[in-house]
Amino acid sequence: MDLALDILSWICLVTGSIFAIIGGIGLLRLPDVFARMHGGGITDTLGAGLILIGLMFQAGLSLITVKLLMVLLFLLVTSPTATHAVARSALSHGVRPRVAGEEDGPSSL
Amino acid sequence: MMYAVALVAIMITMGLALTRAALGPTVFDRILALNMFGTKTVLLIAAIGFLTGRPDFLDLALVYALINFIGVIAVLRFAQHGHFGEIDDDDKGTDS
Repeated sequence: MDLALDILSWICLVTGSIFAIIGGIGLLRLPDVFARMHGGGITDTLGAGLILIGLMFQAGLSLITVKLLMVLLFLLVTSPTATHAVARSALSHGVRPRVAGEEDGPSSL
Repeated sequence: MMYAVALVAIMITMGLALTRAALGPTVFDRILALNMFGTKTVLLIAAIGFLTGRPDFLDLALVYALINFIGVIAVLRFAQHGHFGEIDDDDKGTDS
């Protein structure tokens, strides 16, 4: 039982870490601010969620799990709100997303 | 051991976010990177609490999650309007 919990915890923590690094690379490499939000979204949902769930498997049923759930809940509510606010603010400030077909956009697709 | 793996991955992600915050051409790239950095800091505090066997750190993580959100919204508002909304709401482009 203990070993099963450890294995589940390892799986969740390692996949969460991989998703976090993928999101970080996406934030660094994607072409403009609207595309970079995808990278931020991966780390905020899958990365943070899987890492916190992996910690929950180690904590067992206790107050610590409740606190981890609350952290996860806050992150899941606040980070899409912040990303949405960034997108609206960038649009109203004149930043336009790069679309296919424009002269400086990606020509494939 | 498993916490150390997660910690290293989180720190790599924080480094990538800081690089984007330093490079970012517009202010919105920087704010996006700042938001992601704050989220990773919450995870880092939680994982450090588990690594050192002090789960009290989770309270700090909880508080940091809230403060990070409010801070991002405040910085965003300031970047958009050039003030915190004292005068009125619809003059854009004050920071050209």
